[in-house]
Amino acid sequence: MTIDMSQFYEVFFDEAEELLAEAERLLLGINLDSPDDEELNAIFRAAHSIKGGAATFGFMDMTEITHVLENLLDKIRKHEMALTAEHVDAFLSAKDVLKMELDGHRLATDVDQDQVADVKVVLKSLSEAGGVVIKPVAVAQAPAPVAAPVVEEKKPEVVTAPADGLNRFNIALPEISEKDANNLQEELGLLGDAVSTKQANGRFVIALTTDSTQDDIISICSFVLDPDDLVITLASDTPTIVPEHIVESALEVESGTEKTESKSKVAIEEEVGYGLFSVDGKDDVEEGYGFFAPFKPHADAAVVQLVGDDTVPSAEVIASENAHAEVHVAAASMSTSAKADSVEKKATPARRESDKAPAANAETSSIRVGIEKVDQLINLVGELVITQAMIEQRISMLDPVEHEPLINSVGQLTRNTRDLQESVMSIRMMPMDFVFSRFPRMVRDLAAKLGKKVEFVTVGAATELDKGLIERIVDPLTHLVRNSVDHGIELPEKRKAAGKGEAGVLTLSAAHKGGSIVIEVTDDGAGLNREKLLAKAQSNGLAVSENMTDTEVFQLIFAPGFSTAEVVTDVSGRGVGMDVVKRNISAMGGVVEIRSALGYGTTISIALPLTLAILDGMSVSLGKSIYVIPLNLIVETLQPRAEDIKTVTGEGRMVHVRGEYLPIIALHSLFNQHTDITDPTEGVLVLLEADGKKSALFVDRLVGQQQVVIKSLETNYRKVPGVSGATIMGDGCVALILDVAALIQMGQATNYLTGAPPFSNYTSNNIKSSNA
Amino acid sequence: MSTDAATSTNNSKASARTKSAAGEYLTFVLGTEEYGLEILKVQEIRGYDAVTQIANTPDFIKGVVNLRGKIVPIVDLRIKFHLGKVEYDEFTVVIILNLSGRVVGIVVDGVSDVMALQDDQIRDVPSLVTSIDTKYIVGLATVEQQMLILVDIEQLMSSDDMALLDSAIH
Repeated sequence: MTIDMSQFYEVFFDEAEELLAEAERLLLGINLDSPDDEELNAIFRAAHSIKGGAATFGFMDMTEITHVLENLLDKIRKHEMALTAEHVDAFLSAKDVLKMELDGHRLATDVDQDQVADVKVVLKSLSEAGGVVIKPVAVAQAPAPVAAPVVEEKKPEVVTAPADGLNRFNIALPEISEKDANNLQEELGLLGDAVSTKQANGRFVIALTTDSTQDDIISICSFVLDPDDLVITLASDTPTIVPEHIVESALEVESGTEKTESKSKVAIEEEVGYGLFSVDGKDDVEEGYGFFAPFKPHADAAVVQLVGDDTVPSAEVIASENAHAEVHVAAASMSTSAKADSVEKKATPARRESDKAPAANAETSSIRVGIEKVDQLINLVGELVITQAMIEQRISMLDPVEHEPLINSVGQLTRNTRDLQESVMSIRMMPMDFVFSRFPRMVRDLAAKLGKKVEFVTVGAATELDKGLIERIVDPLTHLVRNSVDHGIELPEKRKAAGKGEAGVLTLSAAHKGGSIVIEVTDDGAGLNREKLLAKAQSNGLAVSENMTDTEVFQLIFAPGFSTAEVVTDVSGRGVGMDVVKRNISAMGGVVEIRSALGYGTTISIALPLTLAILDGMSVSLGKSIYVIPLNLIVETLQPRAEDIKTVTGEGRMVHVRGEYLPIIALHSLFNQHTDITDPTEGVLVLLEADGKKSALFVDRLVGQQQVVIKSLETNYRKVPGVSGATIMGDGCVALILDVAALIQMGQATNYLTGAPPFSNYTSNNIKSSNA
Repeated sequence: MSTDAATSTNNSKASARTKSAAGEYLTFVLGTEEYGLEILKVQEIRGYDAVTQIANTPDFIKGVVNLRGKIVPIVDLRIKFHLGKVEYDEFTVVIILNLSGRVVGIVVDGVSDVMALQDDQIRDVPSLVTSIDTKYIVGLATVEQQMLILVDIEQLMSSDDMALLDSAIH
């Protein structure tokens, strides 16, 4: 065992995180009155897998929590305990604690030990309470003929598909130390019932009864030893044919070789077998052995299983003490396909099918690929597109008649290239569900905290968005959703008084519109109060007037420090946030819009470009170079008349546009670049707006509007003041993308702060004064 | 820069040679001097294409080029070291370096050879006043009467005075 475990940590972290998210999703979706067994099992499996992984890697804190969690879940799953809202809350907080611990291990963040202890206590008390109170009920139910609620068995699938059997594996281990063998047995015990036997040659054989597949076993074993050295034989589906297995297993059953053997006979001669089985103390087993037979034996098997599990000591313990679970199960699966002569034949396919289902779930049809590989692919395809465009250009100069075949081929190349580009770009796309899925929990908790009732609806969760954007939209969206729950949706009484349903509806939607994706947060709450906003704005000293449009008024909420909430709660109301939301979205090249009707609700709509990597730009020329300006920051472009150009003290030039004086930033002087055009009237002024400030950028010419692929300058170079990135133009040349916000700031430093160094905000020391 | 450097053998300041400097070197010419850089740092050698100038940068940073989708800065070492005639034609050579994943191009007068050098061929650098800090010179080697200046190109390129990085890493 000299394997360096740390190399697997990341895998565990990723996996655990996914499992936690999955468990949370399931918990939130669960129906308290009649929980779906399949879902309970999925949650249990998630907890179980985390426990197994955590134990393997020695994260004992996580193991402890999951262990308690697992116990409780197990009881619920086995219907020994009814699922209550209390349980769900406890599970959710356990999930939070686990996440915290996971982050603690992964990112070395702080773990709140009090919280951990609290959750543990809650889980334990829930578990114990249930164990005492509800258990007798379960026991009472066990022998009852109605099997469904009784199935407290390890494999819940049994409920839905009684044919699902447990598989019995005999796992012959290579030569390993006794300690390793014991560890392995413990690990395997997590999957089911594992009994290990030391053979004469010093090797160990573990008999495992489980619903897991062979792959699961191998993956567990592979932590300890080389899976190639394992010999795994499946015993459960062929008990009639290979009774030796069972005989063999008898060795493992400390207490009753004979009994096991007799049981194998049971399996062979079904009905008789049942008779034998009942010798163990279950007289009522025989009844209902007709059609419902499968349930019956399962109930038995379940009880046995339970015993092996040690979770619930019950009345059946003694009765079935000696019974070996797999025998029952074998009998069960056989009796399912009750027609005696085709027993094995039928039982086997049934089991195979059941094997397949979980396997398909476990191995999703996706692979993990480093993002840099994808980016490299996108880069290469981008290059291919440019090369392709160059070939096309060359071709267009040839005689179309003489070179027809060549031209046709290039046409095909063009189509293929476009398809390829599209597919490659789609790799980075992820469904919005990735973001949306974290909100149901948040809304639920928030609503509970605020005493509100909120129905949460998502629309268009399958809409795809660039991964980079997905990651960056989470925070702004979280803020908007919190705001909607806190300020938008009213308290139930208030809603009733207003003639609305008690529960507010919060809708999160995503949809493609044109070249962008529109994400909307809609609530049917109180709506924005125009008068209140105006009054608040006035008292905050913002310039407002009565004849502002609604849209303008609503935009006020994005002003820093603006909050109309009367009470500052820990949820929101401090007035920080909305300005950050707006800034973040602008930084992504998006636009925020608010629609609201007083008394009917509010919609906050965010329009984002499809991908971060592509930008709608206006290319402008300056001397011999081309620059790209993000289109969404351009207000308008104009060619000024001489009388519109004003100066202050003969310097600081401004342009007079529709009653506003805007500073002119001459790009050529800012960038110290030579151009023949130094008089604004000969060039073009591009009016830019960023961070609420406007300026007129003076360039030579407008070249055209186009979508450009953004490349980082910093990958190989460094940050350049006034430049946010670079792009490759159709001819293969590099054009720089202007950083409008920085330019406006630089321009102001040059124009207004007399005496101050023009680039005081920029640390780079090779920028000398470029004052005009 | 002088040729008497070969005569002086040891110098405390130039003992930045913690590891052996032996290895294969790509040699290139700047003016009348011959330089060498570790061959493993070289990604490719190409001609000089039109660069896109970057505002407010030192004159030796010519700008950036598109190298198969990557934006790569081009540094003209002839300007930086005031060597050779600075002109750009079809014979101008750019050595594309890959320095720990960071790709940078350097313009030189010409590329001459790839040479394997042994430790005993390499001498320490005396302390000199040059436009290149001697700490970036790994050593000097004599090959066929010609002095070869071995530069630690990675250290040099990430140095403050090259202004290629946001802040010098080392």
